[in-house]
Amino acid sequence: MARTNPVTWLGSPTFPKAAHQALSNTQQRRNLRKATTTIRTKRANAVAELSDWEQLRLAGEAIKDDVLSNLDVYLERLEAAVTARGGVVHWARDAAEANQIVLDLVRAEGADEVVKVKSMATAEIGLNEALAAGGVTAIETDLAELIVQLGHDRPSHILVPAIHRNRAEIREIFQREMPEVPADLSDDPRALAEAARQHLRRKFLSAKVAISGGNFAVADTGSIAVVESEGNGRMCLTLPRTLITVLGIEKLVPSWRDLEVFLQLLPRSSTAERMNPYTSIWSGVTPGDGPQAFHLVLLDNGRTAALADQVGRQALRCIRCSACLNVCPVYERTGGKAYGSVYPGPIGAILTPQLVNDPEDKQAASLPYASSLCGACYEVCPVRINIPEVLVHLRERAVRAKGRLAPEAVAMAAAAWVMTDPKRYEAAQKAGSLARFLAHDGRISQLPWPGSRWTSARDVPEPPKESFRTWWRRNRG
Amino acid sequence: MADPDEPVAPDHTRSARNRAARAEVLARVRTALADRPLAPEIPRDYHRHRELPAGFATVLDLLDERVVDYRAVVHRVAEAELVDTIATVLAERGVRTMVGPADLPREWQVPGVTWRLDGASDQDGGGALSVSDLDGADGVLTGCALAIAETGTIVLDAGAAQGRRALTLVPDYHLCVVHANQVVGTVPEGVARLNPARPLTFISGPSATSDIELDRVEGVHGPRTLEVILVEPSA
Repeated sequence: MARTNPVTWLGSPTFPKAAHQALSNTQQRRNLRKATTTIRTKRANAVAELSDWEQLRLAGEAIKDDVLSNLDVYLERLEAAVTARGGVVHWARDAAEANQIVLDLVRAEGADEVVKVKSMATAEIGLNEALAAGGVTAIETDLAELIVQLGHDRPSHILVPAIHRNRAEIREIFQREMPEVPADLSDDPRALAEAARQHLRRKFLSAKVAISGGNFAVADTGSIAVVESEGNGRMCLTLPRTLITVLGIEKLVPSWRDLEVFLQLLPRSSTAERMNPYTSIWSGVTPGDGPQAFHLVLLDNGRTAALADQVGRQALRCIRCSACLNVCPVYERTGGKAYGSVYPGPIGAILTPQLVNDPEDKQAASLPYASSLCGACYEVCPVRINIPEVLVHLRERAVRAKGRLAPEAVAMAAAAWVMTDPKRYEAAQKAGSLARFLAHDGRISQLPWPGSRWTSARDVPEPPKESFRTWWRRNRG
Repeated sequence: MADPDEPVAPDHTRSARNRAARAEVLARVRTALADRPLAPEIPRDYHRHRELPAGFATVLDLLDERVVDYRAVVHRVAEAELVDTIATVLAERGVRTMVGPADLPREWQVPGVTWRLDGASDQDGGGALSVSDLDGADGVLTGCALAIAETGTIVLDAGAAQGRRALTLVPDYHLCVVHANQVVGTVPEGVARLNPARPLTFISGPSATSDIELDRVEGVHGPRTLEVILVEPSA
């Protein structure tokens, strides 16, 4: 595989470097704190309403594990069901292949413009850029995606890509980029939503081709579900003649009944609502209703590499709710763009490096360190992905990939040498307590090299005057 | 690896590229699953049915409160009052042109309003309403397939008195009639009653967005006003 996976943005610095830059953006930190605090409280209330929330989480986890354990069977079943109902199924091994399939389909329709429903899969493969290179303009119709697109910006959140922008900044972008908005446009969210409605209305009513992702695909029935709020999804899924849906191969559920679990887990976890305003579910083509041509593109792009990792594969249970972003203390401070990927936050820290699947990629390898391992992400995850477990596992993998001369490997080998001999161990402990001279108020914030690489982002507690070993010998020995 | 120069043939799914990609993805999946992880038993002990929350006497009361919570309007009426209510509601809104599905009950088409039905044979020109017809109408009147009380959700399935999906999407105002026997309590009860072969739309309040500072604001691309008439059998 010579081509790089567009799931990470070319030229992004490693996470620690990007985080340092992001932390100095005080406006962004304020915006993020406000938004994540709001949603955390709302989510807690929405979840508390259901006394069987834990049972639903366990069911969600098991359904997704079943999908992953039998993924080949369910993919073939989905393909058969979609085909039987008049849809056309395409397979894509990687981003470039998926983009080419979509571009060829759009060209076959003679369209030079498409409307798009917000979709993580198409963001992951860089579809908009690929279409632009092929002479096709992709219009993002989700409000937050539109804000990102018009702001020539990058997304920073899975659910709300423009979460780093506040209402005043959004007004500014709209005034600059939408010729039709009035000069006195207010920053009231209602007025901003109205401006987006006016801006997109004609596009919706005249588009020939729409492109979407999918939240769930039911293997048994070939039904695809798209969960949304604004109605831009319904516009795209209903009005154009041709619909192209790009779907990660892990997005399946085995049977129709399984939706009863996910239609409860997803809205309460993501927008903290009992139900999102609109959910559309369709199976193939319905004569006389909606698009008369339906193409489903099944996308691998690194998912099978993640599937091969017995610990890491649980990341493929993800339903993209973004609850883990909203509770993460690291995400709240650095924002999403520091992760250098369309998948930021705790889930991004475990999903992105696995999709990239390149041990040489330093940026991707730095992502599993973007966490304090506090575990808040695991607690809120609706499909119980043990994110801290995968983070530690991927750190291990990153160290192993660096080989025997990596600092961590050298340190561990040295520690093993010291700890296997009591005399050496005691001498090391004595040397360690010398570090007390560096401490202020019981904490050391700067160790000499190589320890400085650790303390550049953390404090170390002051070591005690004497070790337990010495104390024991003095008092009991 | 895809060859970017190879065009996707008209019967692309049978193209060499698609066959090769399909075989390779499935082979990768099988290799990745070489450890043969056991599919777990799926625990289904979550609640299919739920007690009504404190303060609600009936499932209709719950639906009423939950729909209103999304800032939609709910009218509770007896069957005998339905037609009068439709007339009053439309008159108060000053509606002139309404669209509806071809099988919209005759009596719901109250006088004082121009009714344009989709695909009705007695229509001038006949056939389906165009997108600009829908865009030019003041609103749409439909029934529904069912409603889920707990989440305040109305589900349309293109069945009786509903029509195709575009009807309830393009007009800015949706008036929806829900009968008491169409109301279920929970999401699992609703999903069990739906036919996945039909195109389905779950509607929970008017169109909204949470994209500005993660706070819900009503009114974006879908109908900005949702009004529900909840009909109980006449005593």
